[in-house]
Amino acid sequence: MENILDNYKTVDTNDVKVWFEAAKASNFPKDGGACIKYKNKQIAVFNFAREGKWYACQNLCPHKMEMVLSRGMIGDDKGIPKVACPLHKKTFSLENGENLNGDMDAIATYPVKIENDVVYVGFTE
Amino acid sequence: MKHIIVIGNGMVGYKFCEKLVALPNYSDFKLTVFGEEPRRAYDRVHLSEFYDGKTAEDLSMSTASWYEENNIDLHVSEMITEVDRENKTVANHRGDKYNYDTLVFASGSSAFVPPIQGIEKEGVFVYRTIEDLEATETYAKKLKAEGKTEAAVLGGGLLGLEAANAVKNLGLNAHVVEFAPRLMPRQLDQGGSDMLQSKIEDLGLKVHLSKQTQFLQGDKAIEGLQYVDDTELKVDMLVVSAGIRPRDEVAKECGLEIGTRGGIVVNNKMETSDPNIYAIGECALLNSMIYGLVAPGYDMAEVVVQQINGNAEAEMPSAIDMSTVLKLIGTDVASFGDALNFAKEEVDEITFENKRTGIYKKINVTKDGSKLLGGILVGDSSDYNSLYQIYINGMKLPENPEDLILGSRGGEDGGLLGDVMDLPDDAQICSCESVTKGQICGAIESGEANDLADVVSCTKAGTGCGGCKPMVKDLVDATLKSLGREVKDSVCEHFDQNRQELYSLIQVKGYTAFDEVLDNHGNGGHGCELCKPLVASLMATIHADTANKEDTIQDSNDRFLANIQRNGTYSVVPRIPGGEITPDKLIALGEIAKKYDLYTKVTGGVRIDMFGATLNQLPLIWKELVEHGFESGHAYGKSLRTVKTCVGSTWCRYGMDESVSFGIELENRYRGMRSPHKIKGGVSGCIRECAEARGKDFGLIAVDGGWNLYVGGNGGATPRHAELLAEQIDNETVIKYLDRYLMFYMRTAKPLQRTAAWQDRLEGGIEYLKQVIIEDSLGIADDLDKEMQTLVNKFECEWTQAINDPEMMKRFNHFVNSEDDDDNLVFVPLRDQKMPEPWK
Repeated sequence: MENILDNYKTVDTNDVKVWFEAAKASNFPKDGGACIKYKNKQIAVFNFAREGKWYACQNLCPHKMEMVLSRGMIGDDKGIPKVACPLHKKTFSLENGENLNGDMDAIATYPVKIENDVVYVGFTE
Repeated sequence: MKHIIVIGNGMVGYKFCEKLVALPNYSDFKLTVFGEEPRRAYDRVHLSEFYDGKTAEDLSMSTASWYEENNIDLHVSEMITEVDRENKTVANHRGDKYNYDTLVFASGSSAFVPPIQGIEKEGVFVYRTIEDLEATETYAKKLKAEGKTEAAVLGGGLLGLEAANAVKNLGLNAHVVEFAPRLMPRQLDQGGSDMLQSKIEDLGLKVHLSKQTQFLQGDKAIEGLQYVDDTELKVDMLVVSAGIRPRDEVAKECGLEIGTRGGIVVNNKMETSDPNIYAIGECALLNSMIYGLVAPGYDMAEVVVQQINGNAEAEMPSAIDMSTVLKLIGTDVASFGDALNFAKEEVDEITFENKRTGIYKKINVTKDGSKLLGGILVGDSSDYNSLYQIYINGMKLPENPEDLILGSRGGEDGGLLGDVMDLPDDAQICSCESVTKGQICGAIESGEANDLADVVSCTKAGTGCGGCKPMVKDLVDATLKSLGREVKDSVCEHFDQNRQELYSLIQVKGYTAFDEVLDNHGNGGHGCELCKPLVASLMATIHADTANKEDTIQDSNDRFLANIQRNGTYSVVPRIPGGEITPDKLIALGEIAKKYDLYTKVTGGVRIDMFGATLNQLPLIWKELVEHGFESGHAYGKSLRTVKTCVGSTWCRYGMDESVSFGIELENRYRGMRSPHKIKGGVSGCIRECAEARGKDFGLIAVDGGWNLYVGGNGGATPRHAELLAEQIDNETVIKYLDRYLMFYMRTAKPLQRTAAWQDRLEGGIEYLKQVIIEDSLGIADDLDKEMQTLVNKFECEWTQAINDPEMMKRFNHFVNSEDDDDNLVFVPLRDQKMPEPWK
């Protein structure tokens, strides 16, 4: 089961090789998240509508290895955008994936861009 | 190292240890404690709560590890039978010997059992230890099984009334038999006793005054009391609470001076006739008196600790304050100073009596009207703290001393005392723990404490009888304010307000979206998992919105209208009001569960839970459920869950009323309403209580003449029995009171606070709730009624709403860009069903 984590590595905007066209922006809830499927990956995409910012991370919560983060509530911790896992409320920074209320390993984050009302998520392959 | 041995591990013995341990040079001492009871010291003052569901552990004065953590060698179930003063040793009942440098008798007292003929009969108990209570309870159960119901308590003093309450809590008819012509003869005058009598008689207790018992009737077991005036009282049980007798046997045996009527003679340093031996608490005879109250016992413990620590000046005050404030059988009773004018001074008595509200107050003031000497309060002791402070500090009285008990008529007044901060620094606020105003305010000023809880833990103020708590709180608040500090229970970093303030803001301004609240009243940012669901819940309570209104601010379960399970799938719980369901609907549930391969189980709230539904399946399942006439069970919400019912008079041969019908009505009335936490109800058709209604947030029990309504019960981690709000009321009144209770709870509770915790922390407790709900003391009953009616009228099933709206249905897709389901799910077989693969 552990190796499923290996499937998710943070991607820096500069390293993006593929901008995957995920879905229309209007398909994502405002100030909430939804999950997209890319190859064998589940990626959670979040729409911070108050500031017009978007973030993406692995859908897998590293705590119990369940595909749930996209269903978590979003917000900020002293200005850092975050998501709270719906299972045990572990919170993760959406800027760098850091676990904000514990000492778990960081989750993988992915760059997001919006063009013509379409959401693209960046991958290296 | 000096070895101190304490004989006795009661409240005072424990307090001695606590105070000794707190000495900075405690490591200079070795402390050994012997207690003959099998458990650690417990709170005997609140013993009757043992029948209210409190356990011995709840009543315990300390945690199990406290003695060990503080290097105290505690021997329970060990009785010291011998003291050898010459060799300075004690020996237990097994003959083991221990050397001491200082010996402290804290052996307490035993119940005094008057030598009445027949007192040895079966069915006669005393009221002193947890073992006594257990024996009484066992016998009471046996009596009830035989259909016997009458029990007498011999003694109408403070302890006797507590015992009577305990007997009543056991479900027996309690008779209080008192030799004197009044109740609590040491504390109350005739007027006070009369008022107390009428109050407790209203609650079903019987009072028999001026009755001297000649002998006990019955062969083997007691059958009645024969009085000397030739009358009798038929009873099946007797609890003797006729006073206390100091435990001085061992002290007497080793030659210490003992009073003619018992008690170890001590001087005002608490020294016995042997300078190496002290006596404290109820075994000590000081000023030829046994002080049967906790507060002086604690003071004695303090004096001995000081003496042992080399402070030879420490001694008991010459006048020992015997003021008491307590709640007896639900009635406030307080007596302070020289309430009965024992000093026979020239005094002016001022009395106030209101038979309609059951209040009696009396104060004694000096003839010149300058000083308050003492007083009595029955039925309402809310002014006790202020009056006590005025008395103990010899404060100046108002021009018309009667204002002290009548209240100043007309004009805004800051209460009797005016400002608490005007009290002198050495004013004793907590008499149980001898904490002064200076210590309370000082704890905050020095930075040692930051709030009420800190102050309580570092000064111990309010941890005894708790009567001073309101005043401690006032002092803490005033001190914080004077330092320019404000304590707030703010929601999270995004809001400085607390739940109640946000409630008012949303109600007054009519906000309907989270952003409006955050933009207008928050600290910027995006909000978080604390404030979002809170605001969602408040808007739902205020505007009767469903969780579909703004789904992304809902708690994660509310957002998907289902309970997320271990592997990210959901469980589905349709409402089955009152637990009543037709065979056809049962079949429908079975068919649906089978079709979607769901694990099924009957829940703790007696409905049917279907597990293992994926996000994509939820709307499909619900579409079928709605077609079969089901609606959301709100098992995922902080809202009404179930109203559990027994079958009631519709079928049951014992039923007194239709519990199922009423349960269904209540469940349908309150379904869907969002509250600070989940709410559960119960309706039982008779006192056998098969629906376990007293373990619910609200519970009803059918009795002769209507329903008894209980509120604030809880199962869970901290079980608590619900408290009686009203008796023998009809269906309409139940709904009226419940509407108000629930609405008041929804308005004022903290986030995620269950009714039980809310009620526990409510100043004035259940009596205050009665005033608000039944007597409308705050004048808000109309508003509460209207607000609840709005919620009831606007109810809409959120699942029906969701499946009929394509926009809302979008929410229930695992992927936005694919029809696929989560491919990460693995189920394993379990007893002919399935379960998620265990977590690694």
